[in-house]
Amino acid sequence: MPTKIEKDALTGRETTGHEWDGLKELNTPLPSWWLYTFYATIAFSVLWMILYPALPLPGATGLTGWTARGALSGELEAARARTEPMMARLRAATPEQIAADPELRAFALAGGRIAFANHCAACHGAGGQGARGGYPNLADDDWLWGGDLAAIHATIRHGIRNQDSEEARMSIMPRFLADGTLTMAQIHDVAEYVLSLSGRATQPAMAARGEGIYAENCASCHGERGEGNQEIGAPRLNDRIWLHGSDRAAIAAYIANPVLGVMPAFGQRLDPAVVNMLTVYVHALGGGR
Amino acid sequence: MFKGFSHAVIERNLLLLGVLTLITVSIGGLAQIVPLFTVETTIERVQGIRPYTPLELMGRDIYVREGCYVCHSQMVRPFRDEHERYGHYSLAAESMYDRPFQWGSKRTGPDLARVGGRYSDEWHAQHLRDPRSLVPESIMPPYAFLDRPLDTSRIVSAMRTLRALGVPYTDEMIANALADARAQANPEADGSGLAQRYPRARQGNFDGNPRVLTEMDALIAYLQMLGTLVDFRDVTPEQLRQQ
Repeated sequence: MPTKIEKDALTGRETTGHEWDGLKELNTPLPSWWLYTFYATIAFSVLWMILYPALPLPGATGLTGWTARGALSGELEAARARTEPMMARLRAATPEQIAADPELRAFALAGGRIAFANHCAACHGAGGQGARGGYPNLADDDWLWGGDLAAIHATIRHGIRNQDSEEARMSIMPRFLADGTLTMAQIHDVAEYVLSLSGRATQPAMAARGEGIYAENCASCHGERGEGNQEIGAPRLNDRIWLHGSDRAAIAAYIANPVLGVMPAFGQRLDPAVVNMLTVYVHALGGGR
Repeated sequence: MFKGFSHAVIERNLLLLGVLTLITVSIGGLAQIVPLFTVETTIERVQGIRPYTPLELMGRDIYVREGCYVCHSQMVRPFRDEHERYGHYSLAAESMYDRPFQWGSKRTGPDLARVGGRYSDEWHAQHLRDPRSLVPESIMPPYAFLDRPLDTSRIVSAMRTLRALGVPYTDEMIANALADARAQANPEADGSGLAQRYPRARQGNFDGNPRVLTEMDALIAYLQMLGTLVDFRDVTPEQLRQQ
Protein backbone atom coordinates (compact mmCIF):
# COMPACT_ATOMS: atom_id res chain seq x y z
CA MET A 1 0.00 0.00 0.00
CA PRO A 2 1.45 3.37 -0.91
CA THR A 3 1.92 5.58 2.10
CA LYS A 4 1.63 9.08 0.86
CA ILE A 5 0.53 11.71 3.32
CA GLU A 6 -1.36 14.43 1.56
CA LYS A 7 -3.55 17.35 2.43
CA ASP A 8 -7.27 16.77 2.06
CA ALA A 9 -8.77 19.51 -0.01
CA LEU A 10 -12.18 19.65 1.70
CA THR A 11 -11.12 19.73 5.38
CA GLY A 12 -7.61 21.06 5.09
CA ARG A 13 -6.36 18.18 7.27
CA GLU A 14 -3.67 15.65 6.48
CA THR A 15 -4.48 12.06 5.67
CA THR A 16 -2.88 9.08 7.36
CA GLY A 17 -1.35 8.00 4.09
CA HIS A 18 -3.32 4.74 4.03
CA GLU A 19 -5.42 4.12 0.99
CA TRP A 20 -7.85 1.28 0.33
CA ASP A 21 -9.33 1.06 -3.12
CA GLY A 22 -9.17 4.81 -3.43
CA LEU A 23 -10.59 5.46 0.07
CA LYS A 24 -8.37 7.63 2.25
CA GLU A 25 -8.43 8.20 5.99
CA LEU A 26 -8.17 11.58 7.66
CA ASN A 27 -5.59 11.85 10.40
CA THR A 28 -7.34 13.27 13.44
CA PRO A 29 -4.90 13.01 16.33
CA LEU A 30 -6.10 12.77 19.93
CA PRO A 31 -6.11 16.13 21.74
CA SER A 32 -2.75 16.71 23.33
CA TRP A 33 -4.25 17.29 26.81
CA TRP A 34 -5.80 13.82 26.60
CA LEU A 35 -2.60 12.24 25.34
CA TYR A 36 -0.45 13.77 28.09
CA THR A 37 -2.95 12.78 30.76
CA PHE A 38 -2.74 9.25 29.42
CA TYR A 39 1.06 9.29 29.57
CA ALA A 40 0.88 10.68 33.09
CA THR A 41 -1.33 7.78 34.22
CA ILE A 42 1.20 5.32 32.83
CA ALA A 43 3.99 7.07 34.73
CA PHE A 44 1.78 7.05 37.85
CA SER A 45 1.19 3.31 37.55
CA VAL A 46 4.93 2.66 37.38
CA LEU A 47 5.48 4.83 40.46
CA TRP A 48 2.61 3.00 42.20
CA MET A 49 4.12 -0.38 41.46
CA ILE A 50 7.38 0.71 43.03
CA LEU A 51 5.81 2.21 46.15
CA TYR A 52 2.96 -0.20 46.85
CA PRO A 53 2.60 -4.00 46.80
CA ALA A 54 1.76 -4.66 43.16
CA LEU A 55 3.98 -7.44 41.94
CA PRO A 56 2.68 -10.98 42.47
CA LEU A 57 5.82 -12.15 44.18
CA PRO A 58 6.25 -13.55 47.69
CA GLY A 59 7.17 -10.81 50.08
CA ALA A 60 6.73 -8.01 47.54
CA THR A 61 5.62 -5.08 49.64
CA GLY A 62 6.76 -2.00 47.75
CA LEU A 63 9.08 0.72 49.02
CA THR A 64 6.55 2.18 51.46
CA GLY A 65 6.02 -1.20 53.15
CA TRP A 66 2.26 -0.53 53.15
CA THR A 67 -0.14 -3.45 53.58
CA ALA A 68 -3.91 -3.35 54.03
CA ARG A 69 -3.63 -5.45 57.19
CA GLY A 70 -0.84 -3.30 58.55
CA ALA A 71 -2.86 -0.16 57.91
CA LEU A 72 -5.83 -1.70 59.71
CA SER A 73 -3.84 -2.65 62.79
CA GLY A 74 -2.51 0.90 62.99
CA GLU A 75 -6.03 2.27 62.72
CA LEU A 76 -7.33 -0.13 65.34
CA GLU A 77 -4.45 0.75 67.64
CA ALA A 78 -5.18 4.46 67.26
CA ALA A 79 -8.88 3.89 67.92
CA ARG A 80 -8.06 1.76 70.94
CA ALA A 81 -5.74 4.41 72.34
CA ARG A 82 -8.55 6.95 71.98
CA THR A 83 -11.26 4.85 73.62
CA GLU A 84 -9.20 2.79 76.07
CA PRO A 85 -9.26 5.25 79.02
CA MET A 86 -13.05 5.14 79.09
CA MET A 87 -13.25 1.46 78.17
CA ALA A 88 -10.87 0.59 81.03
CA ARG A 89 -13.15 2.40 83.47
CA LEU A 90 -16.21 0.65 82.02
CA ARG A 91 -14.41 -2.67 82.29
CA ALA A 92 -13.32 -2.16 85.88
CA ALA A 93 -16.68 -0.94 87.15
CA THR A 94 -19.67 -3.14 87.92
CA PRO A 95 -22.91 -2.43 86.05
CA GLU A 96 -24.32 -1.00 89.30
CA GLN A 97 -21.42 1.46 89.55
CA ILE A 98 -21.79 2.45 85.91
CA ALA A 99 -25.51 3.05 86.31
CA ALA A 100 -24.86 5.23 89.35
CA ASP A 101 -22.13 7.39 87.75
CA PRO A 102 -23.66 9.94 85.32
CA GLU A 103 -20.55 10.15 83.14
CA LEU A 104 -20.04 6.38 82.82
CA ARG A 105 -23.75 5.87 82.34
CA ALA A 106 -23.86 8.31 79.42
CA PHE A 107 -21.01 6.48 77.70
CA ALA A 108 -22.53 3.08 78.44
CA LEU A 109 -25.89 4.06 76.99
CA ALA A 110 -24.30 5.46 73.82
CA GLY A 111 -21.98 2.49 73.33
CA GLY A 112 -24.63 0.01 74.42
CA ARG A 113 -27.02 1.30 71.77
CA ILE A 114 -24.49 0.56 69.01
CA ALA A 115 -23.55 -2.86 70.39
CA PHE A 116 -27.22 -3.74 70.84
CA ALA A 117 -27.96 -2.90 67.19
CA ASN A 118 -25.13 -5.15 66.06
CA HIS A 119 -25.40 -8.09 68.44
CA CYS A 120 -28.89 -8.18 69.96
CA ALA A 121 -31.37 -6.58 67.56
CA ALA A 122 -31.58 -9.54 65.18
CA CYS A 123 -33.47 -11.49 67.85
CA HIS A 124 -34.78 -8.90 70.31
CA GLY A 125 -35.71 -6.26 67.73
CA ALA A 126 -34.22 -2.86 67.00
CA GLY A 127 -35.86 -1.31 70.07
CA GLY A 128 -35.72 -4.42 72.26
CA GLN A 129 -39.38 -5.12 71.53
CA GLY A 130 -38.74 -8.84 70.97
CA ALA A 131 -40.20 -11.08 68.29
CA ARG A 132 -42.76 -13.84 68.01
CA GLY A 133 -41.15 -17.24 68.31
CA GLY A 134 -39.61 -16.94 71.75
CA TYR A 135 -37.55 -13.73 71.62
CA PRO A 136 -38.51 -11.80 74.75
CA ASN A 137 -39.35 -8.13 74.86
CA LEU A 138 -36.56 -6.39 76.80
CA ALA A 139 -38.36 -3.08 77.10
CA ASP A 140 -41.13 -4.30 79.41
CA ASP A 141 -40.89 -5.30 83.05
CA ASP A 142 -41.56 -9.02 82.56
CA TRP A 143 -38.32 -10.95 82.94
CA LEU A 144 -37.60 -14.63 82.45
CA TRP A 145 -34.24 -14.77 84.20
CA GLY A 146 -34.38 -11.63 86.30
CA GLY A 147 -34.35 -7.96 85.42
CA ASP A 148 -31.89 -6.39 87.84
CA LEU A 149 -28.46 -5.35 86.62
CA ALA A 150 -26.68 -8.42 88.00
CA ALA A 151 -29.15 -10.84 86.41
CA ILE A 152 -29.06 -9.07 83.03
CA HIS A 153 -25.28 -9.05 83.17
CA ALA A 154 -25.12 -12.80 83.86
CA THR A 155 -27.56 -13.55 81.04
CA ILE A 156 -25.64 -11.50 78.47
CA ARG A 157 -22.31 -12.87 79.61
CA HIS A 158 -23.14 -16.58 79.73
CA GLY A 159 -26.22 -16.81 77.53
CA ILE A 160 -29.02 -19.32 77.78
CA ARG A 161 -28.94 -23.06 76.97
CA ASN A 162 -25.89 -22.74 74.70
CA GLN A 163 -22.88 -25.00 74.41
CA ASP A 164 -20.39 -22.12 74.65
CA SER A 165 -20.38 -21.37 78.37
CA GLU A 166 -20.26 -23.67 81.37
CA GLU A 167 -22.29 -21.15 83.30
CA ALA A 168 -24.99 -20.67 80.67
CA ARG A 169 -28.46 -20.48 82.17
CA MET A 170 -29.93 -23.95 81.87
CA SER A 171 -33.38 -25.35 82.40
CA ILE A 172 -35.49 -27.74 80.42
CA MET A 173 -39.21 -27.98 80.04
CA PRO A 174 -40.25 -31.55 79.25
CA ARG A 175 -41.95 -32.36 75.96
CA PHE A 176 -45.18 -33.50 77.57
CA LEU A 177 -46.64 -35.11 74.45
CA ALA A 178 -43.49 -36.41 72.79
CA ASP A 179 -42.25 -37.89 76.09
CA GLY A 180 -45.61 -39.58 76.62
CA THR A 181 -46.32 -37.86 79.96
CA LEU A 182 -49.70 -36.44 78.93
CA THR A 183 -52.24 -37.08 76.19
CA MET A 184 -53.31 -34.32 73.84
CA ALA A 185 -56.70 -34.11 75.59
CA GLN A 186 -54.98 -33.63 78.96
CA ILE A 187 -52.73 -31.00 77.42
CA HIS A 188 -55.75 -29.04 76.17
CA ASP A 189 -57.29 -29.27 79.63
CA VAL A 190 -54.18 -27.96 81.33
CA ALA A 191 -53.85 -25.22 78.69
CA GLU A 192 -57.39 -24.13 79.52
CA TYR A 193 -56.45 -24.09 83.21
CA VAL A 194 -53.39 -21.98 82.38
CA LEU A 195 -55.71 -19.51 80.63
CA SER A 196 -57.77 -19.35 83.81
CA LEU A 197 -54.70 -18.14 85.72
CA SER A 198 -54.96 -14.84 83.85
CA GLY A 199 -58.76 -14.90 83.92
CA ARG A 200 -59.24 -15.91 80.31
CA ALA A 201 -60.73 -19.41 80.61
CA THR A 202 -63.98 -20.01 78.78
CA GLN A 203 -64.45 -23.76 79.39
CA PRO A 204 -64.84 -24.24 83.16
CA ALA A 205 -65.09 -28.02 82.87
CA MET A 206 -61.82 -28.28 80.98
CA ALA A 207 -60.07 -25.91 83.35
CA ALA A 208 -61.29 -27.93 86.32
CA ARG A 209 -59.87 -31.11 84.79
CA GLY A 210 -56.62 -29.29 84.05
CA GLU A 211 -56.12 -28.02 87.60
CA GLY A 212 -54.92 -31.33 88.96
CA ILE A 213 -52.67 -31.94 85.97
CA TYR A 214 -51.17 -28.49 86.45
CA ALA A 215 -50.50 -29.07 90.14
CA GLU A 216 -48.77 -32.34 89.37
CA ASN A 217 -46.72 -31.41 86.30
CA CYS A 218 -46.35 -27.65 86.08
CA ALA A 219 -46.57 -26.04 89.50
CA SER A 220 -43.09 -27.07 90.65
CA CYS A 221 -41.52 -24.71 88.09
CA HIS A 222 -44.24 -22.24 87.16
CA GLY A 223 -45.63 -21.87 90.69
CA GLU A 224 -48.95 -22.78 92.32
CA ARG A 225 -50.65 -19.74 90.84
CA GLY A 226 -48.51 -19.46 87.71
CA GLU A 227 -46.26 -16.81 89.22
CA GLY A 228 -43.17 -18.22 87.49
CA ASN A 229 -39.66 -18.66 88.82
CA GLN A 230 -36.78 -16.53 87.59
CA GLU A 231 -34.22 -18.82 89.21
CA ILE A 232 -34.89 -21.40 86.50
CA GLY A 233 -36.28 -19.13 83.82
CA ALA A 234 -39.81 -20.45 84.19
CA PRO A 235 -42.10 -17.76 82.76
CA ARG A 236 -45.01 -16.27 84.65
CA LEU A 237 -48.24 -17.78 83.38
CA ASN A 238 -50.71 -15.54 85.23
CA ASP A 239 -50.04 -12.42 83.17
CA ARG A 240 -50.95 -11.59 79.58
CA ILE A 241 -47.42 -11.66 78.19
CA TRP A 242 -46.79 -14.69 75.98
CA LEU A 243 -43.69 -15.66 74.04
CA HIS A 244 -45.19 -18.30 71.80
CA GLY A 245 -48.80 -17.21 71.39
CA SER A 246 -51.58 -16.66 73.90
CA ASP A 247 -54.56 -18.73 72.71
CA ARG A 248 -55.28 -22.23 73.90
CA ALA A 249 -54.08 -23.88 70.70
CA ALA A 250 -50.70 -22.13 70.90
CA ILE A 251 -50.28 -22.89 74.59
CA ALA A 252 -51.22 -26.54 74.06
CA ALA A 253 -48.82 -26.86 71.12
CA TYR A 254 -46.05 -25.49 73.28
CA ILE A 255 -46.78 -27.84 76.19
CA ALA A 256 -46.82 -30.75 73.75
CA ASN A 257 -43.44 -29.93 72.24
CA PRO A 258 -41.73 -26.83 73.66
CA VAL A 259 -39.13 -24.86 71.72
CA LEU A 260 -36.64 -23.77 74.36
CA GLY A 261 -34.97 -20.43 73.81
CA VAL A 262 -31.22 -20.29 73.21
CA MET A 263 -28.96 -17.27 73.55
CA PRO A 264 -25.21 -17.18 72.75
CA ALA A 265 -22.69 -16.40 75.50
CA PHE A 266 -21.63 -12.87 74.61
CA GLY A 267 -18.98 -12.81 77.32
CA GLN A 268 -16.88 -14.93 74.97
CA ARG A 269 -17.52 -12.77 71.93
CA LEU A 270 -17.32 -9.24 73.34
CA ASP A 271 -15.04 -7.10 75.48
CA PRO A 272 -16.19 -7.16 79.14
CA ALA A 273 -16.61 -3.39 78.87
CA VAL A 274 -19.10 -3.90 76.03
CA VAL A 275 -20.99 -6.50 78.08
CA ASN A 276 -21.22 -3.93 80.89
CA MET A 277 -22.43 -1.26 78.46
CA LEU A 278 -25.06 -3.62 77.06
CA THR A 279 -26.21 -4.48 80.58
CA VAL A 280 -26.79 -0.85 81.47
CA TYR A 281 -28.42 -0.15 78.09
CA VAL A 282 -30.83 -3.11 78.29
CA HIS A 283 -31.64 -2.24 81.90
CA ALA A 284 -32.50 1.28 80.77
CA LEU A 285 -34.77 0.17 77.91
CA GLY A 286 -37.71 0.48 80.23
CA GLY A 287 -38.09 -2.60 82.36
CA GLY A 288 -34.96 -2.71 84.48
CA ARG A 289 -35.53 -3.52 88.12
CA MET B 1 13.86 2.09 13.93
CA PHE B 2 10.88 -0.16 13.22
CA LYS B 3 11.29 -0.05 9.50
CA GLY B 4 9.67 -3.11 8.01
CA PHE B 5 7.64 -3.57 11.20
CA SER B 6 4.58 -1.67 10.15
CA HIS B 7 0.86 -2.40 10.06
CA ALA B 8 1.21 -3.20 6.43
CA VAL B 9 3.74 -5.96 7.13
CA ILE B 10 1.92 -7.52 10.11
CA GLU B 11 -1.50 -7.42 8.57
CA ARG B 12 -0.32 -9.20 5.46
CA ASN B 13 1.63 -11.98 7.16
CA LEU B 14 -0.75 -14.44 8.78
CA LEU B 15 1.94 -16.30 10.73
CA LEU B 16 3.50 -13.12 12.12
CA LEU B 17 0.07 -11.77 13.04
CA GLY B 18 -0.73 -15.03 14.80
CA VAL B 19 2.49 -15.12 16.81
CA LEU B 20 2.24 -11.48 17.87
CA THR B 21 -1.42 -11.95 18.86
CA LEU B 22 -0.47 -14.95 20.98
CA ILE B 23 2.24 -12.98 22.74
CA THR B 24 -0.09 -10.08 23.43
CA VAL B 25 -2.90 -12.25 24.79
CA SER B 26 -0.54 -14.35 26.91
CA ILE B 27 0.63 -11.24 28.76
CA GLY B 28 -2.92 -10.79 30.00
CA GLY B 29 -3.18 -14.47 30.84
CA LEU B 30 0.12 -14.53 32.73
CA ALA B 31 -0.95 -11.57 34.82
CA GLN B 32 -3.80 -13.76 36.07
CA ILE B 33 -1.98 -17.08 36.26
CA VAL B 34 1.45 -16.21 37.72
CA PRO B 35 0.08 -14.92 41.04
CA LEU B 36 -1.50 -18.36 41.58
CA PHE B 37 2.00 -19.90 41.71
CA THR B 38 2.48 -18.02 44.97
CA VAL B 39 -0.94 -18.82 46.45
CA GLU B 40 0.57 -21.21 49.00
CA THR B 41 2.48 -18.34 50.55
CA THR B 42 -0.71 -16.34 51.12
CA ILE B 43 -2.24 -19.01 53.40
CA GLU B 44 -1.66 -18.07 57.01
CA ARG B 45 -0.37 -20.77 59.34
CA VAL B 46 -3.23 -20.65 61.83
CA GLN B 47 -4.59 -23.57 63.85
CA GLY B 48 -8.04 -25.08 63.61
CA ILE B 49 -8.88 -25.10 59.90
CA ARG B 50 -10.43 -28.41 58.92
CA PRO B 51 -12.46 -29.63 55.93
CA TYR B 52 -16.23 -29.29 56.15
CA THR B 53 -18.13 -32.10 57.84
CA PRO B 54 -20.40 -34.02 55.45
CA LEU B 55 -23.47 -32.17 56.73
CA GLU B 56 -21.79 -28.76 56.47
CA LEU B 57 -20.62 -29.65 52.98
CA MET B 58 -24.17 -30.46 51.89
CA GLY B 59 -25.31 -27.22 53.50
CA ARG B 60 -22.69 -25.35 51.58
CA ASP B 61 -23.96 -26.86 48.34
CA ILE B 62 -27.47 -25.68 49.22
CA TYR B 63 -26.03 -22.24 49.96
CA VAL B 64 -24.56 -22.20 46.46
CA ARG B 65 -27.63 -23.76 44.84
CA GLU B 66 -29.97 -21.15 46.32
CA GLY B 67 -27.64 -18.35 45.28
CA CYS B 68 -27.10 -16.99 48.80
CA TYR B 69 -23.83 -15.52 47.54
CA VAL B 70 -25.78 -13.18 45.27
CA CYS B 71 -26.75 -11.09 48.30
CA HIS B 72 -24.31 -12.21 51.02
CA SER B 73 -20.54 -11.94 50.87
CA GLN B 74 -18.25 -14.10 53.00
CA MET B 75 -15.31 -11.77 53.29
CA VAL B 76 -14.63 -9.47 56.20
CA ARG B 77 -12.30 -6.93 54.63
CA PRO B 78 -9.44 -5.38 56.60
CA PHE B 79 -11.22 -2.10 57.37
CA ARG B 80 -12.00 -0.77 60.79
CA ASP B 81 -15.75 -0.48 60.25
CA GLU B 82 -15.95 -4.12 59.17
CA HIS B 83 -13.72 -5.17 62.05
CA GLU B 84 -16.05 -3.45 64.52
CA ARG B 85 -19.19 -4.96 63.01
CA TYR B 86 -18.21 -8.47 61.94
CA GLY B 87 -15.00 -9.28 63.79
CA HIS B 88 -11.51 -10.20 62.65
CA TYR B 89 -10.83 -9.83 58.93
CA SER B 90 -11.13 -13.02 56.89
CA LEU B 91 -7.99 -15.07 56.38
CA ALA B 92 -6.94 -16.86 53.22
CA ALA B 93 -6.61 -19.97 55.37
CA GLU B 94 -10.28 -19.82 56.29
CA SER B 95 -11.37 -20.47 52.71
CA MET B 96 -8.56 -22.83 51.74
CA TYR B 97 -10.98 -25.77 51.40
CA ASP B 98 -13.67 -23.75 49.60
CA ARG B 99 -14.22 -24.80 46.01
CA PRO B 100 -15.26 -22.34 44.83
CA PHE B 101 -14.81 -19.70 47.53
CA GLN B 102 -17.84 -17.62 48.48
CA TRP B 103 -16.11 -14.29 49.09
CA GLY B 104 -18.46 -12.31 46.86
CA SER B 105 -18.54 -8.57 46.41
CA LYS B 106 -22.24 -7.76 46.74
CA ARG B 107 -23.86 -7.12 50.06
CA THR B 108 -27.59 -6.77 49.82
CA GLY B 109 -27.65 -8.66 53.11
CA PRO B 110 -24.90 -8.66 55.71
CA ASP B 111 -21.57 -10.43 55.37
CA LEU B 112 -21.78 -14.02 56.63
CA ALA B 113 -18.09 -14.89 57.00
CA ARG B 114 -18.44 -14.85 60.82
CA VAL B 115 -22.14 -15.55 61.29
CA GLY B 116 -21.41 -18.86 63.06
CA GLY B 117 -22.53 -18.89 66.70
CA ARG B 118 -23.91 -15.38 66.44
CA TYR B 119 -27.54 -16.51 66.57
CA SER B 120 -29.22 -19.64 67.86
CA ASP B 121 -30.19 -22.57 65.63
CA GLU B 122 -33.83 -21.78 66.33
CA TRP B 123 -33.26 -18.23 65.13
CA HIS B 124 -31.77 -19.43 61.86
CA ALA B 125 -34.60 -21.90 61.25
CA GLN B 126 -37.28 -19.31 61.93
CA HIS B 127 -35.40 -16.65 59.96
CA LEU B 128 -34.96 -18.90 56.93
CA ARG B 129 -38.62 -19.92 57.01
CA ASP B 130 -39.95 -16.41 57.49
CA PRO B 131 -37.28 -13.69 57.59
CA ARG B 132 -39.70 -10.85 58.31
CA SER B 133 -41.02 -12.51 61.46
CA LEU B 134 -37.68 -11.62 63.04
CA VAL B 135 -36.34 -8.74 60.99
CA PRO B 136 -39.35 -6.70 59.82
CA GLU B 137 -37.33 -4.56 57.40
CA SER B 138 -35.67 -7.56 55.70
CA ILE B 139 -36.14 -8.11 51.97
CA MET B 140 -34.80 -11.68 52.06
CA PRO B 141 -37.04 -14.28 50.40
CA PRO B 142 -38.43 -17.06 52.61
CA TYR B 143 -36.81 -20.50 52.35
CA ALA B 144 -39.43 -22.57 54.15
CA PHE B 145 -39.20 -25.22 51.42
CA LEU B 146 -35.83 -26.28 52.83
CA ASP B 147 -37.77 -28.32 55.40
CA ARG B 148 -37.60 -31.28 53.04
CA PRO B 149 -35.43 -34.38 53.32
CA LEU B 150 -31.81 -33.90 52.35
CA ASP B 151 -30.62 -35.84 49.33
CA THR B 152 -27.71 -37.69 50.91
CA SER B 153 -26.79 -39.72 47.84
CA ARG B 154 -24.34 -37.05 46.74
CA ILE B 155 -22.26 -36.79 49.90
CA VAL B 156 -19.68 -39.44 49.12
CA SER B 157 -19.11 -38.41 45.51
CA ALA B 158 -18.86 -34.76 46.55
CA MET B 159 -16.19 -35.61 49.12
CA ARG B 160 -14.29 -37.76 46.60
CA THR B 161 -14.34 -34.93 44.08
CA LEU B 162 -13.03 -32.46 46.64
CA ARG B 163 -10.31 -34.92 47.63
CA ALA B 164 -9.19 -35.04 44.00
CA LEU B 165 -8.91 -31.25 44.19
CA GLY B 166 -6.70 -31.39 47.27
CA VAL B 167 -9.06 -31.28 50.24
CA PRO B 168 -7.67 -33.77 52.79
CA TYR B 169 -10.66 -36.07 53.22
CA THR B 170 -9.42 -39.46 54.43
CA ASP B 171 -10.86 -42.85 53.50
CA GLU B 172 -12.23 -43.03 57.03
CA MET B 173 -14.04 -39.70 56.63
CA ILE B 174 -15.59 -40.80 53.35
CA ALA B 175 -16.59 -44.21 54.71
CA ASN B 176 -18.38 -42.58 57.65
CA ALA B 177 -19.86 -39.67 55.70
CA LEU B 178 -23.51 -40.61 56.00
CA ALA B 179 -23.24 -41.63 59.65
CA ASP B 180 -21.43 -38.38 60.47
CA ALA B 181 -24.09 -36.33 58.69
CA ARG B 182 -26.87 -38.06 60.67
CA ALA B 183 -24.98 -37.78 63.95
CA GLN B 184 -24.35 -34.07 63.53
CA ALA B 185 -28.05 -33.29 63.08
CA ASN B 186 -29.12 -35.25 66.15
CA PRO B 187 -27.77 -34.06 69.51
CA GLU B 188 -28.69 -37.38 71.13
CA ALA B 189 -26.61 -39.45 68.68
CA ASP B 190 -23.10 -40.62 69.51
CA GLY B 191 -20.87 -37.86 68.17
CA SER B 192 -17.48 -39.12 69.28
CA GLY B 193 -16.44 -40.26 65.78
CA LEU B 194 -17.62 -36.97 64.31
CA ALA B 195 -15.73 -34.95 66.91
CA GLN B 196 -12.58 -36.96 66.38
CA ARG B 197 -12.65 -36.63 62.59
CA TYR B 198 -13.80 -33.02 62.54
CA PRO B 199 -12.55 -31.08 65.59
CA ARG B 200 -15.01 -28.47 66.93
CA ALA B 201 -17.85 -29.81 64.82
CA ARG B 202 -21.02 -29.02 66.74
CA GLN B 203 -23.95 -31.39 66.96
CA GLY B 204 -27.32 -29.75 67.02
CA ASN B 205 -31.00 -30.13 66.48
CA PHE B 206 -30.70 -27.50 63.79
CA ASP B 207 -34.22 -27.42 62.35
CA GLY B 208 -36.08 -28.52 65.49
CA ASN B 209 -36.78 -32.04 64.24
CA PRO B 210 -34.04 -34.57 65.05
CA ARG B 211 -35.80 -37.44 63.31
CA VAL B 212 -35.52 -36.28 59.69
CA LEU B 213 -32.33 -35.04 58.07
CA THR B 214 -33.44 -32.01 56.07
CA GLU B 215 -31.86 -29.42 53.82
CA MET B 216 -32.61 -26.94 56.61
CA ASP B 217 -30.40 -29.01 58.97
CA ALA B 218 -27.54 -28.94 56.49
CA LEU B 219 -27.75 -25.23 55.72
CA ILE B 220 -27.93 -24.20 59.39
CA ALA B 221 -25.04 -26.54 60.29
CA TYR B 222 -23.01 -24.79 57.59
CA LEU B 223 -24.02 -21.28 58.66
CA GLN B 224 -23.28 -22.05 62.31
CA MET B 225 -19.66 -23.06 61.61
CA LEU B 226 -18.80 -20.12 59.36
CA GLY B 227 -15.84 -18.20 60.74
CA THR B 228 -15.63 -20.22 63.95
CA LEU B 229 -12.72 -22.56 63.20
CA VAL B 230 -9.90 -20.17 64.08
CA ASP B 231 -9.76 -19.03 67.68
CA PHE B 232 -8.42 -15.51 67.27
CA ARG B 233 -7.58 -15.21 70.95
CA ASP B 234 -4.71 -17.65 70.35
CA VAL B 235 -3.48 -16.26 67.02
CA THR B 236 -0.13 -14.48 66.98
CA PRO B 237 0.86 -11.77 64.48
CA GLU B 238 3.57 -14.13 63.26
CA GLN B 239 0.96 -16.70 62.24
CA LEU B 240 -0.99 -14.09 60.32
CA ARG B 241 2.00 -12.98 58.26
CA GLN B 242 1.74 -13.92 54.61
CA GLN B 243 5.24 -14.68 53.49
